[in-house]
Amino acid sequence: MLKSLFTRGAMLAVCAVSLLSPALADDAIKIGSFLSATGPASFLGDPELKTLQLYIDKLNAEGGLLGKKVELIHYDDAGDAEKARTFVKRLLDNDKVSLIIGGTTTGTTMAAIPLVERAKIPFISLAGGIDIIDPVKKWVFKTPQTDRMAAAKIMEDMKKRGYTKIALLSETSGFGRSGREQTLKVAPEYGIDIVLDETYGPKDTDMTAQLTKIKNTEGVQAVFVFGFGQGPAIVTKNYAQLGITLPLYQSHGVASNSYIDLAGDAAQGVLISASALLITDDLPADDVQKTVLVNYKKDYETAFKAPVSTFGAYAYDGLMLAVNAIKKAGSTDPSKVRDAIEQTEGYVGATGVVNMSPKDHMGLDLTAFRILEIKDGGWVLIQ
Amino acid sequence: MGAGRPLLVITAGCSGIMFAEFLQYLFSGMTIGATYALVGLGFAIIYNASHVINFAQGEFVMIGGMATVFLIHIGLPLPVAILGAVALAVVTGLALEKLAVEPARNADVVTLIIITIGASIFLRGLAQVLWGKEFFALPAFSGNDPIHLGGATLLPQSLWVLGITLAIVVALAWFFKYTLIGKAILATACNADAAKMMGINTQFILFISFGLSALLGAVAGIIVAPITLTSYDVGIMLGLKGFVAAVLGGLGSAVGAIVGGLLLGIIEAMAAGYISSDYKDAVPFVIILLILFFLPSGLFGARGTERV
Repeated sequence: MLKSLFTRGAMLAVCAVSLLSPALADDAIKIGSFLSATGPASFLGDPELKTLQLYIDKLNAEGGLLGKKVELIHYDDAGDAEKARTFVKRLLDNDKVSLIIGGTTTGTTMAAIPLVERAKIPFISLAGGIDIIDPVKKWVFKTPQTDRMAAAKIMEDMKKRGYTKIALLSETSGFGRSGREQTLKVAPEYGIDIVLDETYGPKDTDMTAQLTKIKNTEGVQAVFVFGFGQGPAIVTKNYAQLGITLPLYQSHGVASNSYIDLAGDAAQGVLISASALLITDDLPADDVQKTVLVNYKKDYETAFKAPVSTFGAYAYDGLMLAVNAIKKAGSTDPSKVRDAIEQTEGYVGATGVVNMSPKDHMGLDLTAFRILEIKDGGWVLIQ
Repeated sequence: MGAGRPLLVITAGCSGIMFAEFLQYLFSGMTIGATYALVGLGFAIIYNASHVINFAQGEFVMIGGMATVFLIHIGLPLPVAILGAVALAVVTGLALEKLAVEPARNADVVTLIIITIGASIFLRGLAQVLWGKEFFALPAFSGNDPIHLGGATLLPQSLWVLGITLAIVVALAWFFKYTLIGKAILATACNADAAKMMGINTQFILFISFGLSALLGAVAGIIVAPITLTSYDVGIMLGLKGFVAAVLGGLGSAVGAIVGGLLLGIIEAMAAGYISSDYKDAVPFVIILLILFFLPSGLFGARGTERV
């Protein structure tokens, strides 16, 4: 008897809560999000989620948006495109969000695109693949630089230094595959000839075989590695072991301090294309991104006691683009917000300066990448 | 894509460069192959004691590497950290047998195998929560200056890997030949029922086997960590390759696991160098298919009573 009373009481309480919460939430602006906060892409998804939570809390503490509270509804897709699709469906059908920021990887983003296009809800992706915005999709935007830009930036630097024959070593992951394709496409525009095109697996633990081949190929002037995670660090170690003296270029996939920690002394002199965030403190004071970056870095590092990453910066830009658009539209009406995002002009973000247009749903140019060199365990800006 | 390249090397390179290249692939292959061999040995020991394939073997490799990184991080010197990590892995192995395998000792082999898969997922998850999801580098035992040999280069750590593997193989051979427990393990492997009738506690043998293969896995994980880096999920691939090594050599054969491991490592490196790095990972698996078709008991597996 007592027990059944107790259960009934508990059930009543549950009902009361579930009745109340939609009423509360109706008043709030709902921003939906699906990120890979766990799983293999967690080192991207985790700082992205933390950034969204940090700045939405901040926004609410400052009185919210259009006089309403902002509510973040987040699901963790663990890097699984199938899960991402389910969660996006839930965000659209059950949670009825006004806008979605998310999609840590190109795979999860691509899974979400057909759904948001059908539901006509603005979607800002945090993934790198160029397929997301090329061809342009009406409701889809993205904040990170594309892999084509990363390749172009590196090729630009190689051309400047007079390298015309290079070897490419790319990872057989989605990131590396796409990077390889874009590099092959972009290289001729800079008069660069890829004389050797090698690959390695994302879980490989030894790349000396590929590097030996590169070392013994006549005429190679520089080596470009396209991958992320531990692979490029092992490549760097193997490179030093084999005593290869050619300049070594890495993509933005390794643009974090953990790469230097893993590769150790072998990383000395490595050139990479990266966001300015990595060298926030050393940026000249007149750099257009200086203030944004210093503030983001300070906010994030005080809140989480962990170093900032460029991935979190993508989420920062995504949220700011959304907030600015909602402010400009004066409502959360999806098509008004979409138009406002598309009209974004001169937004100075943590990744770069964004100028959107109906033809460009990313709005970044090559200045969003800097060429950095690793010197004595730190990053140095190459002008 | 790769088809034209070996030809190019043959026509363009003089024999000196070709030999240096070959030597480089051989060094790389032997280093990584030695770790496959240690992991494969771990599979063989437990398989012999119980016919169970312990899919948590890769997690012992992970615990070895990750625990060493962790113990160094909290300020212990490298040798102490290594001993601590090996001890932790052995305790984990023994606990796994006591808490998960032994309570189900009357179940079929397939059930036991599934238990080990569950245990490996559990251990990996635990490591992810405790130690995080990043990759870590362990400092090399004696510096990073490459040793030049016949035009190829070798890291001092590779010598450590090969040396320690050799030492362990010799020690194991001695253990099985001259100690009572070693002989009891051999007896159990040959015929568990007969061993039981001779008064050997086969359950205890299985217990010891888990500890022993955890030790081998942990050592493998520690000695390669400076070369290959380590993370919470490093055990998946190393465990799988170790399993391939064990099957290649003939499940249950110690010599087979060692030869299988070395062969696998060398074949991988040669495939990456001479055929195409794109198809390198496929080569070992194609070989294992061929072995299973034409030599179903592996290279050294057919000798029945002489296993281990």
